[in-house]
Amino acid sequence: MMATVIEFIVAALLLAGAAFALVGSIGLARLPDFFQRLHGPTKATTLGVGCTVLASAFYFSWLEGGISLHELLIVMFLFITAPVSAHTVARAALHRHVKTSSRTRGEPWKH
Amino acid sequence: MAARSWLPHPNLTLFLFIVWVLLMNTLSVGVVLLGALLAWWLPSITRAFWPEVPHVNSGWKLFRFMLLVLGDIVHANMVAFRLILGPTRKLHPAWIEMPIDLDDPFAVTVLASTISLTPGTVTVEVGRGHHKLLIHALNAEDPDALVAHLKARYETRIKEIFE
Amino acid sequence: MIAAVIPVALAMMSLALLLNLFRLLRGPEITDRILALDTMYINSIALIVLYGIQQGSDLIFEAAMLIAVMGFLGTVAVAKYLLRGDIIE
Repeated sequence: MMATVIEFIVAALLLAGAAFALVGSIGLARLPDFFQRLHGPTKATTLGVGCTVLASAFYFSWLEGGISLHELLIVMFLFITAPVSAHTVARAALHRHVKTSSRTRGEPWKH
Repeated sequence: MAARSWLPHPNLTLFLFIVWVLLMNTLSVGVVLLGALLAWWLPSITRAFWPEVPHVNSGWKLFRFMLLVLGDIVHANMVAFRLILGPTRKLHPAWIEMPIDLDDPFAVTVLASTISLTPGTVTVEVGRGHHKLLIHALNAEDPDALVAHLKARYETRIKEIFE
Repeated sequence: MIAAVIPVALAMMSLALLLNLFRLLRGPEITDRILALDTMYINSIALIVLYGIQQGSDLIFEAAMLIAVMGFLGTVAVAKYLLRGDIIE
């Protein structure tokens, strides 16, 4: 019984993780300008990896009959670093005057 | 003051200890002892690098804030699912300037990171003197409402926790 | 159930990596390429972890951790270089 429940949780987390990562990458590939593309990887991909790694933590805890939580370190690290790398790349783009799509409203630094 | 000198940075000590135990992935006596020693010793010798220790008013509130953000991240991704897979013509990208009234640099960092991780917004630039953030939103039909939402949901809570 | 799900997840991850590769080659801006590389390393962590589950081996964790650390440093270093190389006004 317990095994079925854990197997179900792991399978669901794996699928959700892969789906989030895929959607993040689709966003990176198809959105029209750089700043819009930035949104896919920072959120969806990070959460996707988070789900996958969480699935791994569940799976190995169950497989080895103990508590295996060191995968959480990766999640923790990714959730702390994702906003930082997004921020630095975005600043670099801003300083290089990367074009935004004409639909983008408001450019506060211009007035 | 006496407590300060032998334990200069209690939160960092706790954090280092947790990271050490997770990295070792066991909870044996040796790991706990060495972890405790390192977690106490490292903040002491790196004290000079930490100009000011972030002050946490309430650990319980911080924990609840983290749960709130985690929930919002999941919710934000459901929304992003729809935005990314839907037609790009329907998106309303916008640059938004958000005034902030936090003073502590660490609190500003937490706010900026939280905004980057949640609903369709990325913090691009922190203004000089930490008075405003420049945010890019993927889909903001009403920028003012978005700013009000971010302020009410995150900034007030962060202000309560860190200031 | 897990054995059935893993190939599906692996296929989705591989597709995600291919999409990142498309963006890496296409550009058009250098920042797009950095972003594509950044996403690629994050996705490859997921791929490695998936492979670890499939093999039933926990040893692969260290590799994933290393990629996480090095990838982040690489992204920040390149972005910082761009910031210093071209400062406006």
